[in-house]
Amino acid sequence: MATRGFGAPVQRTNDSRLLTGGGHYVDDIPLAGALHVAFVRSPFARARIKRIDVSAARAHSGVAAVYTADDLGALDVEMPLLIPHPCLIGPRTQRPLARGDVHHVGQTVAMVVAVDRYVAEDAARLIEVDYEPLPVELDLEKAIKSDAPLVHGDVKNNIAAHFVQTSGDPDGAFARATHFTKIRVRVERSTAAPMECRAVAARYDTVSGELTVWDGTQAPISVRGGLASLFGLDEDKVRVIAPDVGGGFGQKVLLFYPDEILVPFAAMRLGRPVKFIEDRSENFIGSTQERTQIHEIELAATKDGDVLALRDSFLHDTGAYIPYGIAIAQVASTSIAGPYRVPNIWVEFKAVYTPTVPVTPYRGCGRPHACFAIERAMDQLADELGLDRFEVRRRNLIAPAQFPYTRQGLLFADGLAVTYDSGEYAKALELIAKEIDVAAFRQEQATALKAGRYLGLGLAFYVEGTGLGPYEGGHVKVHPITGKVYVNTGLSGQGQGHETVFAQIVADQLGVDPNDVIVVEGDTGVFDWGVATFASRAAVVSGNAIHKAALKARAIVLEAASNMLEAAIDDLELVDGKVRVKGTDRGATLAEVATATNPLRYAFNKAAQSATQFAPAARHDGPQLGEGRAPGIEATDYYAPPHATWAYGVHAAIVEVDPGLCSIKFHRYLCVHDCGNMINPAIVEGQVMGGVAQGVGGAFYERVEYDVDGNPRNANFMDFLVPYATEVPRVEMHHMETPSPLNPLGVKGVGEAGCIAVGQVLASALDDALKPFGVAPFREVPLSPNAIFEAIEAAKGRRP
Amino acid sequence: MKPPLFDYVRAETVDEAVAARAAHEYSAVLAGGQSLLPTLNFRLARPDALIDIGRIKALQGTAIDGDEIVIRAMARQREVEYDEAIFAANPLIRETLGNVAHAVIRNRGTVVGSIAHADASAELPALLLATGGAVIARGPKGERRIEANAFFKFHMTTSLAADEIAVAVCIPRLPPGTGYAFLEFARRHGDYALAGVCALLTMGAGGRVASARLAACGIGSRAVRLVAAEAALNGQKPDAASFAAAAKAARDAVTASDDRQASIAFRKHLLEHIVGRALGMAHGRAGKPFAS
Ligand SMILES: Cc1cc2nc3c(=O)[nH]c(=O)nc-3n(C[C@H](O)[C@H](O)[C@H](O)COP(=O)(O)OP(=O)(O)OC[C@H]3O[C@@H](n4cnc5c(N)ncnc54)[C@H](O)[C@@H]3O)c2cc1C
Repeated sequence: MATRGFGAPVQRTNDSRLLTGGGHYVDDIPLAGALHVAFVRSPFARARIKRIDVSAARAHSGVAAVYTADDLGALDVEMPLLIPHPCLIGPRTQRPLARGDVHHVGQTVAMVVAVDRYVAEDAARLIEVDYEPLPVELDLEKAIKSDAPLVHGDVKNNIAAHFVQTSGDPDGAFARATHFTKIRVRVERSTAAPMECRAVAARYDTVSGELTVWDGTQAPISVRGGLASLFGLDEDKVRVIAPDVGGGFGQKVLLFYPDEILVPFAAMRLGRPVKFIEDRSENFIGSTQERTQIHEIELAATKDGDVLALRDSFLHDTGAYIPYGIAIAQVASTSIAGPYRVPNIWVEFKAVYTPTVPVTPYRGCGRPHACFAIERAMDQLADELGLDRFEVRRRNLIAPAQFPYTRQGLLFADGLAVTYDSGEYAKALELIAKEIDVAAFRQEQATALKAGRYLGLGLAFYVEGTGLGPYEGGHVKVHPITGKVYVNTGLSGQGQGHETVFAQIVADQLGVDPNDVIVVEGDTGVFDWGVATFASRAAVVSGNAIHKAALKARAIVLEAASNMLEAAIDDLELVDGKVRVKGTDRGATLAEVATATNPLRYAFNKAAQSATQFAPAARHDGPQLGEGRAPGIEATDYYAPPHATWAYGVHAAIVEVDPGLCSIKFHRYLCVHDCGNMINPAIVEGQVMGGVAQGVGGAFYERVEYDVDGNPRNANFMDFLVPYATEVPRVEMHHMETPSPLNPLGVKGVGEAGCIAVGQVLASALDDALKPFGVAPFREVPLSPNAIFEAIEAAKGRRP
Repeated sequence: MKPPLFDYVRAETVDEAVAARAAHEYSAVLAGGQSLLPTLNFRLARPDALIDIGRIKALQGTAIDGDEIVIRAMARQREVEYDEAIFAANPLIRETLGNVAHAVIRNRGTVVGSIAHADASAELPALLLATGGAVIARGPKGERRIEANAFFKFHMTTSLAADEIAVAVCIPRLPPGTGYAFLEFARRHGDYALAGVCALLTMGAGGRVASARLAACGIGSRAVRLVAAEAALNGQKPDAASFAAAAKAARDAVTASDDRQASIAFRKHLLEHIVGRALGMAHGRAGKPFAS
């Protein structure tokens, strides 16, 4: 037997290439004679444009073109509302270049195309724009008051959407309950900060009429469709390639960023390749962000901590536009009850326009907010009832026998009622409690306190709806000459390791080494059915599609080999790149089978001789390719999930707070994690660890700040603090594998898992550590040394 | 972010560099480039010429000249950090450098460049103040020595003239047995300090503090000596009470206003704690041979 691919910690096939500088990112694509782009961006959060004078810029040496909204013709439109929803009120989306008003600092107002980026930036500074600044309100709660200045003149109270969902009978349950816990929590805005900023390059071939676009996007197929439609081109004349992409995290799937349209536009207009490489400053003011929400959550419980119902009302900051509709708020609102039964739910949100960078999903997409709200509330409930934090959770977890667990009335991001498919929640909680050894920790904590050291235990449980549809496809083909297997899907990768896990799935079916499976994705010229990379869906949706295609390819191999080897299919096995008659040394390599299934006229090599018309193996009656048959070993299939599959996990940490420096130190960070069957535990760990790192950012470091006028205050890597490796704890990871019953591979998504719980873990650890000071619970993230200082001072102030 | 056009002059000698400085109205000296290039790329500075001093032989390396350590303009931070002779002469230099940025940046960044740059939160200006060092400047009229306490004017502003080049900094050797410590608090490893302190303790007769020298960074518009804290220590017994009193006295040195990482109150609290701890560390090392 060959080693199993699926489930093995196979080394990521792309790492050595990427780590040794062998990657090919958009900026590495050689495009002779390419022109470069710089944008003029609004310096005001809200203003009316009175006049734009581009004459000096146009006259500047080295400038090929300068465009404003007036030059864009049919492209001078609002970009599509990607996910419409009936509760949206006057949904507004971004335009390629501002017309009339600007709605956030950084909005693109004019575009310069020049011989290089230096000249483009010089010329951009020559463009004069007269703005009439307009009043702004940055505070979410004030922005919805009737006297607040409006982001969009025709959207009353800045409310972009208002939505209420109910599951069960919350009013009845509230009437029955005997204990109520109500808190208010706030999660602040962050940004994905991908290592590679966004990038677009385009070349238009006037002879063939083909437009090729290299776009560091998570959604090449959707971008292709959009560009074809905007430019009135046949889809086959537009090829979108997402080459190596240095991180996405949701930020790289928006249809469209201005540059994604304007770069191809300029390439077609000017007849020369054009490139836009976003720099870090632009990424902070031009690429979407996420996270500000303010929740007021109330639990209705019994005195023993059985949560009968919850009500949650929250404000969601959508920035200047709402291209994704209510996607983030919807995920937050439907994940709000976490892993708990809570049979009765009322949840309401308002999405609010603010004159800031538009908000679209960022890794986590509403889940960290929901987790923070429910978990902070559970801690509070435990405190109020004098229960242990583990115990209050234990009493409310959904039991294994209760799956599938449906929350009627709460529609998830796939438009279907939330249905948790499988899980062993209590077991996960027990496992982490055991790994921490809570009793031992309590002793250690008490001893430390006597020595003036403050240790705290943080705990968070989360669920993650993953693997959204609609569908993805997989294409598998065995190359007749090399016998290597080529696999395609419509996604694009941003470093997750698709090429490794997809190879593992196929390797198992075809009996080859995963290294002999070459995965090519992110190129509409290779495979052009599918959707995109988002919502922790690649393994679930593409993975299963590829698995199905691999099964088909396997069937073709077996049938052909059975003819060639004159053996029954059941007597054949696929191992080591060969089809073998079990228990014998008779067999054929995959390449030979692939060659033999492709009738040939010309014996161009030795193997091909076996597939020409006079070769013994090919001799038969009738046409050489049977009716209804395709040549070679090639198969395509698709997978559409019935609904989201729900992964989950528990995180805990032991944190020491130094009240002198108000600093924190993670002594331990533990994670019990269940994403169903793991295709590759090493990749799962990488995903979780990357998520934890990003979560640590959101919990303690990262906060996109705007001043009262809407100016970004820390739009650079010196002031916006992304944690370094030195700030991220080592994660002790424990896997559980409860298969998803929804898909053939039994897998669930893992992409976002790591980041969801960290805010709550830290807040609850700090509560615990600083209890001796009598500090009030921490209800906002990111926390900071300053916040710790203020909490301790406030507690001192309250003390008699 | 790309810089606007500028002239580039590669000087082969100090004289050439000084001449180039005189020939341009608004020139900038390019040393390690770790602070200058970001400023150019952000278009925060628009010098008409960069004068690259990287190849000037006379500006390379370090020397120990009697009681002074001479760190020439192109000596990289990492080179100084690793230099054993420098460590033996003044171990506070290594300890302080370990808190400057990250190793890869210290590989390029120079000690003199950081001091000439004079960021209010940078560690090395505090080192120069605490140790009582000086900057050697060369201009069209020749060389002059600027004592540390006369060098730092304001955040990124020094008494170096626009036609001068800092050719070296001099840092005194520490008398054996001096207690020393550098401590800082930064949000992330390698970041500029929210508050940082260099502490030097010389013990005298009767086990009392003969002389305390303290300087801080990150707490105002420039690095400053913590004179009130020093006064609270001199002549005192080095114990918890005198350290606490000195630490408390340091609080008023904070002149920075509230910023995104620290309120005034928090910065004072931080400074107090860091001073207290730095004194404890310095005292623990006092009277002992320098050892890493
Ligand atoms: C990510 C990052 C983190 C950093 N963190 C820290 C930190 O925590 N603490 C810290 O102190 N620094 C930090 N720095 C700055 C770093 O230490 C710089 O190397 C140093 O400030 C400047 O040294 P340089 O040789 O690179 O000077 P350059 O960048 O070449 O020059 C800096 C300035 O000094 C002037 N200058 C340089 N040399 C001379 C000279 N001989 N005569 C006259 N003028 C001169 C230049 O004209 C310029 O204005 C950081 C830098 C980076 C990029």
